[in-house]
Amino acid sequence: MKKRVFAALAALVLCVCLLPAPEARAAENVINVYNWGQYISDGSDGYIDVNAAFEEATGIKVNYMTFDSNESMYTKLKTGGSSYDVIIPSDYMIARLIDEGLLVPLNFDNIPNYQYIDEAYLNTDYDPDNVYSVPYTWGTVGVIYNSAYVDEADVGSWELLWNQKYSGKILMFDNPRDSFAIAESLLGYSLNTRDADELRAAADKLIEQKPLVQAYVMDQIFDKMERGEAWIAPYYAGDYLLMAEENEDLEFYFPQEGFNFFIDAMCIPTSCSNKEGAEAYINFLCSPEISGQNLDYLGYSTPITAAKEYMDEEMSASEIAYPSEETLANGESFLYLDAESTQLMDSLWLEVKTEGGVSYGPIIGIAAVVVIVAAYFIYRSRKLKRRKSKR
Amino acid sequence: MRTFNKVFTFIVFVFLYIPMIVLAVASFNTGTDIAVWKGFTFGQYGALFQDGVLLPLLGNSVIVAVISSLVATVLGTAAALGIRAMSPRMRSITMSVTNIPMTNPEIVTGVSLALLFAFIGQIMKINNVMGFATLLIAHITFNLPYVILSVMPKLGQMDPHLRDAALDLGCTPVQAFFKVIIHEILPGILSGALMAFTMSLDDFVISYFVYGPGFVTLPVEIYNYTKKPLQPKIYALFTLLFLVILAVMVLMNLLQAHDENRRRQGRGVFGRKKEVTT
Amino acid sequence: MRNKALAAPYLVWMAIFTVIPLGIVVWFAFTDSVTGAFTLGNLARMGTYMPIFLKSIWLAVISSAICLVIGYPVAYYIAGTSAGKQRFFYMLVMLPMCMSFLLRTLAWVALLEDTGIINNCIRALGMKPLPLIRNDGAVVLGMVYNYLPYMIMPLYTVLIKLDDKLVEAAQDLGCTPAQVFAKVTLPLSVPGIISGFTMVFVPAVSTFYISQKMGSSGTTLIGDVIESQFKAAYNPNLGAALSLVLMVLVLACVAVMNRFSDGEEVATI
Repeated sequence: MKKRVFAALAALVLCVCLLPAPEARAAENVINVYNWGQYISDGSDGYIDVNAAFEEATGIKVNYMTFDSNESMYTKLKTGGSSYDVIIPSDYMIARLIDEGLLVPLNFDNIPNYQYIDEAYLNTDYDPDNVYSVPYTWGTVGVIYNSAYVDEADVGSWELLWNQKYSGKILMFDNPRDSFAIAESLLGYSLNTRDADELRAAADKLIEQKPLVQAYVMDQIFDKMERGEAWIAPYYAGDYLLMAEENEDLEFYFPQEGFNFFIDAMCIPTSCSNKEGAEAYINFLCSPEISGQNLDYLGYSTPITAAKEYMDEEMSASEIAYPSEETLANGESFLYLDAESTQLMDSLWLEVKTEGGVSYGPIIGIAAVVVIVAAYFIYRSRKLKRRKSKR
Repeated sequence: MRTFNKVFTFIVFVFLYIPMIVLAVASFNTGTDIAVWKGFTFGQYGALFQDGVLLPLLGNSVIVAVISSLVATVLGTAAALGIRAMSPRMRSITMSVTNIPMTNPEIVTGVSLALLFAFIGQIMKINNVMGFATLLIAHITFNLPYVILSVMPKLGQMDPHLRDAALDLGCTPVQAFFKVIIHEILPGILSGALMAFTMSLDDFVISYFVYGPGFVTLPVEIYNYTKKPLQPKIYALFTLLFLVILAVMVLMNLLQAHDENRRRQGRGVFGRKKEVTT
Repeated sequence: MRNKALAAPYLVWMAIFTVIPLGIVVWFAFTDSVTGAFTLGNLARMGTYMPIFLKSIWLAVISSAICLVIGYPVAYYIAGTSAGKQRFFYMLVMLPMCMSFLLRTLAWVALLEDTGIINNCIRALGMKPLPLIRNDGAVVLGMVYNYLPYMIMPLYTVLIKLDDKLVEAAQDLGCTPAQVFAKVTLPLSVPGIISGFTMVFVPAVSTFYISQKMGSSGTTLIGDVIESQFKAAYNPNLGAALSLVLMVLVLACVAVMNRFSDGEEVATI
């Protein structure tokens, strides 16, 4: 009797756990937003809390989730099991999602604020007919360096990151596309080359650089550059502006060989459950006032000229956040490389990251341990045999 | 030798707690960099309480940790009792299965569960299968081995005749079960539950693969921050959490010590001496 | 009470949520990522990763050994204190594990960096900064720090079960304290040592965050590679193959370690 009670209890507990499973989202108006981590103004430092403002204005609740890279977001989308209403990936990832049929066309009747988006950011390479996406931010990649330690004569090109003089003080991107882009710029290739030989050459260039690199990082760049732990790093222009506030010695430049120009845009995946809510969210983020205040906090650049009125003067006038047409002409945006090239780049990147030569330490160490353990067992079995034979 | 051990233990504890101190100090720092002290402020704590995002995340973590450790404790204790009664062959098979989550890298456990859930979602045509339920199931799954491995040794240590003795003395089987068996293995159950709670509270790898929109836990959120540096509010949150858990542990300890004292002296629950019954 | 049925819910649970997912991993390991056909190709690539496997195992072994050396005296001391104090120490040891692993590792980074806290103090004293981070030593430090409680707890559990009478008997028979330790205490605590070693070795060999933050740009461990296959590169097939190989290696190590205990009851926490 007791065991049956126990089993019944256990079953009951299991049932209770499974109850919340299919979330009743039709009941309340909810949207799931999937964005880069810390990529929206959330009310800190006195800036606007965009999600709260949206909820107040429309009554739609926002479930906000974050990802740390385009690839992680793609993986989560592909693995399935989650439904997102708005995702905000980068240009080349959007191209890939369109290619694989994972996005739904937007209903621009629900996005009147679309009119404010600058012509320059429409009809892009990744979404030529403006069907699937609405730009959220744009930005550029350049070189940040610490003028207190770096000789002015050495700057101007990507070569600075390969300069032996600063060995151990150079940082690099911890993701394949951004790092390969730098090598490709330096070698004169397109950032979107699919040529296996060119990719191989870029990988070799990165391997050549490896002994000089302090670390492959993303967000750690902030602390390292501000504190002077590292002196040279490639990173996004918007983040440079934030770093410069902490350390006035930091300077920025666009390398002469070319650089990456990116757009992060909002789109709706096929797994969405609340398309209208999603479009309302996109519309909200396109309003000049919200965009201005949001991007004032983020430091990246807004695709809405009218939004500059709502931004800090210094930010909107910055040459670095809003470089001239001339400078921008040197920028190239990422396209999606096909599956084969992506895999090649991934395995080359893995090679770059794991390059370190075969160190003999571990091999000797493990061999020694194996020998000692084997010796112990042999000794022990001999002792047991001796004991048995004594009886 | 004993004093050497004492000093050594003290040093090791300092070593274990250095990062806590560093983070606690950082929570009072005006700057964002942990290593650079800029000035003293309570501002981060203020920002923390104004922030509507982080505290609910912590709440989510605690909810999942509590529920999953409770369920794992119940299931695991029952399992340990059942395993005890199995034939040796069944027992070794079961113990091997129990060890799988522990010898598997967490990433593998997380991914395999995610694939399983996605597959189930496809079959049952649910679009939104990842959520609180999947997170809870995953946590319970990796908690179970810890509970079982805590309880089993205590079961082994227990004198098998105690139950019979209790029955002889007039207990019903139910009473025997609770007063004798559970009482004997209680330390194992408690330490298993505590371990399960701990593992669950700080898990980010497995949770990352199985969580869904609408229910995010704190460690996963921190794991997702890579493009921008951590906000100092998080250090304030960390320090607060640390102080709260420390306080709870000290309190539990004091209560247990009081309980033991009172039992030794033969007092009742409120401290009055019990009447001696013959 | 002594009924196998009690374990039934647990067995069902494990079958669904442990055995089947494991089957999924094996299935992925043997399929090709693009075509989905059966292939041994993923496993064939293991050769290129051998150096990384060896390095991960080696660092994990070192970390486990250091944890053992540091953890044993601590567990011994705690086991010798009064019951109330033991509980208190036990909780103190477990408390760091409740706190965010990520933040604790980042705190160590801030401590060890060339412009970090320790080096700032050293510089203030007028000496040159030490290279404390971005090398294998820092990775070992990170592993030891994070997994030390996992070593202390099983050791403590075993040491308190130690029968004082055995120790007394040995002393009566004329053993010096060193001999008592070597011939009585140490052999009896072997199950705990194995438990602790396993509980440190397994996470240490598959860790990824520590090596990323505290290792040099050349320190990539097998955990990093597996993580990148599942998160960034979306090649779950290669990741599954790597995980399978890792699992087999770990099981082999654990089996070897269990042999040390002469078949006594293993794995206590």
